Formats: sequence, structure tokens, C-alpha cells
Amino acid sequence: MEKFIQLLVYGLQLGSIYALLAIGYTMVFGIIRMINMAHGDFLMMGAYAAFFIVSLIFRDQMIGPAVALLVILASAGITGMIGVGVERVAYKPLRNRPKISSMIAAIGVSLFTQNFFRAIPFIGPNPRTFPKLMKDVLFFIGPIQFSLVRIVVIILSVIIMAILYFFVMKTTMGMEMRAVSCDKDASSLMGIDVDRTISTTFFIGAGLAAISGAFYANSYPVLTVTMGATLGNKAFIAAVIGGIGDIRGAMLGGFIMGIIEIMISSVYSELAYGISFVFLIIILLMKPEGLLGKPMVEKV
Amino acid sequence: MVKTMKWLKRNSEVIIIPFIYILIAGLQRAGILNNYIIQVIMLGGINIIMTESLNLVNGLTGQNSIGHAGFMAVGAYVSALFSKVIFNAGGLPPTSQTLVFLLATLMGGIAAAIFGYLIGTPTLRLKGDYLAIVTLGFGEVIRSIIRITPPVGAARGMTGIPKLANLFWVYLFVILAIYVCRNFMDSSYGRACMAIRDNEIAADTMGINTAKYKIIAFVTSAFLAGVAGSMYAHTLRYLHPDVFGYTKSTDFLVYLYAGGVGSISGSILGAFTLTALPEVLRFMKEWRLVIYGGLLVVIILFRPVGMFGGNEFSFLKLKTGGIKSVGFSDLFKRKRHQELSNKEGIQ
Repeated sequence: MEKFIQLLVYGLQLGSIYALLAIGYTMVFGIIRMINMAHGDFLMMGAYAAFFIVSLIFRDQMIGPAVALLVILASAGITGMIGVGVERVAYKPLRNRPKISSMIAAIGVSLFTQNFFRAIPFIGPNPRTFPKLMKDVLFFIGPIQFSLVRIVVIILSVIIMAILYFFVMKTTMGMEMRAVSCDKDASSLMGIDVDRTISTTFFIGAGLAAISGAFYANSYPVLTVTMGATLGNKAFIAAVIGGIGDIRGAMLGGFIMGIIEIMISSVYSELAYGISFVFLIIILLMKPEGLLGKPMVEKV
Repeated sequence: MVKTMKWLKRNSEVIIIPFIYILIAGLQRAGILNNYIIQVIMLGGINIIMTESLNLVNGLTGQNSIGHAGFMAVGAYVSALFSKVIFNAGGLPPTSQTLVFLLATLMGGIAAAIFGYLIGTPTLRLKGDYLAIVTLGFGEVIRSIIRITPPVGAARGMTGIPKLANLFWVYLFVILAIYVCRNFMDSSYGRACMAIRDNEIAADTMGINTAKYKIIAFVTSAFLAGVAGSMYAHTLRYLHPDVFGYTKSTDFLVYLYAGGVGSISGSILGAFTLTALPEVLRFMKEWRLVIYGGLLVVIILFRPVGMFGGNEFSFLKLKTGGIKSVGFSDLFKRKRHQELSNKEGIQ
């Protein structure tokens, strides 16, 4: 039982990272119906951005929670801008073409960014060690060990998701997003700037990916240029399990994925990746629209 | 004599196909092409078979498979198991080696086809993106299963596979694959598949058994992928499960869409040039894949129909007039109304 709760905490933490990443997938899919294969690379960029801010400005000192939060937000801003740029250059011209061509373009972007980061000299192919942002405190409740950073990551992610949900449901901008995802042409007739709305979506998606990158690097402090690929895949599964296009679904799917992965890894680590895909296939065959998704009706 | 000339003119492939082989083999004999270049050519050939096979599903039937490396992995491992473990072909005389190789390739193809059937039957009723996701998942599950199966080397990879494939066999199987694909596209099966691609509901209304034809295309495609896997195993002599990951599947997608989806010639050209390109760019060291990725985006942005744009080499021209006559341009337009009809939002 103690072991179960211990693993549950680990699972929640990994799950919050997946959930933040999955939200980006689901929002982009919801608004332009495109699977953004390069989304995992935003996570990598965010982690590197945080790494460079900490090592260049703060010289790898412990910076405490408040400054750490600022650093993470700054890296989210930088990555968000990159995300908007990528959308403008590579995806926007493909908006009215079949989805598969924007998917291929995304694969191209992903290849390009990973190898570009590997090729430029000050990043290079060697893994970097992410500095500790704040002092970690370990404490025990009964026999279960808690780490302060872990708890902070989980709570922060939940807060961010709550803010996002509020943003999408209650603000004008969020309403515009929902309108565009519902019908692009009709919403443009209603005076909504579709391009700006899509850019905002990419900004938020990439920014959240960067935040999850910083969180991930904080608990697994090795940075490589390909770190986004596997994490991106898993977050994508999470988004599909929850019901792609639905933000709550992405959160739920992310936490489910994180917990399943940790639980299975504790039994047999080689299996974790495969089992998550088996789980995905079962869900898709039983309920193709995902746990919280609504079934798509095909019209002639 | 005049009759023969006319016949040759109409069937120019009878001359072209042996000529290309004699050219490559002659240059190899003369020492102009070294073993490294021959290896790249062979890998190019294997990629051509894979891209042709993917073209049957993605280009012809309009279904999105993005996990084709999984079928290749099944073919590669089954055939390698066959030739290495069951027959231990390394120590056999050359004639029986050839037989074992052909048998292993057949086995690899059949095993992949069986997997294709098992995956295809339940999943082909899923639409568009969901099918893509399931095929992606299938590829990764296969890889994970191989990683934990000790008889095929588990995560260490499988070594000591006899080198049974050579330039001749790869070339022959490429030709066979192209022949199979061309005749498939030119048959009533192919036309049914194209009808499904262009408008599934209309095809259904016209009395085409859409599920049946989708599965036929999928199983044929999986079979070819298994054959390509066998070639791969017996060329490189070493298999590692991570090679057949999601990156490998996307490679084939890239070859297909950059070359020109829906056309056999486009697949050949795309697979071959894009296999050779990173090798040609090798002098640029770590920048080569940057250029490769950038080029891919540029091709998709500025030449959406691919490098070959749905055209066919003259000797591959179909009797039906090729893909263009069956609404090829619609392939790039038809998603518009689908997009408008998929009204489902962020919640």
C-alpha cells in the first residue's frame, strides 16, 4: 500500500508533465485539425531555454522558487514565440490542404529543429545537465517520502491547467478559439481574426510544452536534443486516450498515462512504452473518440 | 522486323530494366562503384519497395498508415529467424542458400501480411486520423515486443544473419514490387481502391465493398513491406528493434509525399533520391540533416503534389490513363468539405 501511494505520487508528477504537453497537442488539433508532430520539440526548446537562462544569467546558483518560476515563464514566452513563428512559416500555407501534408511538414520541422540544435556549436550533440533550480526538501508522512519540488510541480501544473480552462471557457479570446475550432469560415464572418486566434493557440501550446520541459528537466536533469520525441509521442497518446480536441480529456489522459507508466515500470521497465500503446489501441477500438471526446458524425 | 521494333517501342521496359541492372553491375565490376555506393543503392531499392507498399495504402486507397516500419520489422525478424535459426543458411552451399533466402522472404512477407490482416480488420473501420494513430501504435507495440523477446536478441539486436541478399536480388524484388503495384492499380481492385479514396460514401453507394477492398490493399501492402524487411535483414545482417521505430515509418511517409503520392514513379524517385541525399550531403557533417529537414518543408510548401507530381514514367503508364484520370487533383481538394463537416470544438 505504501509503495502504491509512493508510486502514485511519482505517477502524478510524470502525469502532470504529460498533461501539460498533451494540452498543446489537443488544442492545435482542435483548432486546425492537425497532428503537430513537432510539438515534442517545443518541450526540448523550453528546457534548453530555461537551461541557458539559468546558466548564463545566474551562473548555476540556486535561485529559489520565485525566480525559478520567472525563469520558467520566460522560457515559456520564448518558446511560445518560436511556436508562433513555426506556424506562420511552415503550417499556415498548408491550412487548406489535406491534413497529411501539414503532418509531413511537421515531421520536416521536427527533423530540422532537432538537427539544427545538434549542429549549432553552443548546444551540440552532447547531453547537458540541468542545474537545480531550488533546494529540495524531503519529508515523510508516515512511511511515504515526499519531495517538495515534486509536490510543487504537481500543484503548479494543476493551477496552470485551471487557469487555461478558465481562459478558454470564460474570456473573449477563449470563446474565439472555440468558435474557430467549430467553424473557421463562419467565425471569420463574425469578425474573428482567425490568423490571430490560431497564433494564440500555438503560443499557448508551445508555452505549455516549454513549462512541461522545464518541469521534466527539473526532475530528470539530462537535456538532449531528442528528448522531445519520445515524450511527445507519449503525450500524444495521452491526448488521444482522453479524447483529442478536448482540453479536459488531455489532462485526464496525461495523468492516466503518467500513473500507468510509473506503475508498469516498477514491475518491468522494458514494458512501459509498449503497454501504453496497447492501452491506446484498446481504447481506440472500444471508444474511438477517446474517454471524454464526442463522436464525430460524418456528413456527406 | 518492323513489328518487333514497334513492339519494343510500346514495351520499352523490356530493354530499360535489364539495361539499368547491367549498367550498375558493370560499373561495380569495373570498380567505379565501391561497396559503400552499392550498399546505398541496395538500401535505396529496399526503400523503394517500402514506399511502393505505403503508396498502396496512403496513395491509392486514401487511408493514413503511419506505422509501416512495424510490418517491415515483422518481415525482417521472421525471415531472419527462418534463415539463421531454422536453416542456419550461413553454412549451406550457394544453391540451397538461394532457396532458403527466397523461402525466408516469402515467410517474412506472409507473416507481415497476417499481421496486416489482424490489424486491418478491426481498425479499418476507424476514420482518418484514428487509423493513423492505431497504425503508429501497432508499430511501437511490435518494437516493444521484439525488445523483450530473447530468441531474436531482445534489446541487444539480432546478429549473425547470413548475407544472402545482393544487388541482383534486391533489384529483382524492386522490379517485382513495381510490377505488382502497377498491375494492382490497373486492375478492378485498384480502381475500387481509388474510388474509396476519392469518396468513400459514393463508392459504398455504387456497390463497392469498401471494407473488403481496404483490407485487400492493406494486406498486399503489408506483404510487400515484409518482403522489404527480409531484404533489409539479409543485406545489413544486423537487426535492432529501435531501427524500426516511429522515425523509420516517418521516413517512408516522407519519401512517398516528397516524391509524389499516388504515383509509382513518384515513389521510386522520392525513395531513391531521398535515400541518396543524406549520403551525398555527408561532406556537410552535422548540417546535412538540417538541410534534409528544411528541404522537406520547402518541398511540401512549394510543390504539394511532390517532386514527380502524380506523373508516371512512360513505361509505367496505366491503361486507365494513370492516377490523374481518376481525380488526382481532387486528392488535394476533397478534404475541404470534410474539414467543414467535421464540426467539433475545443471544450
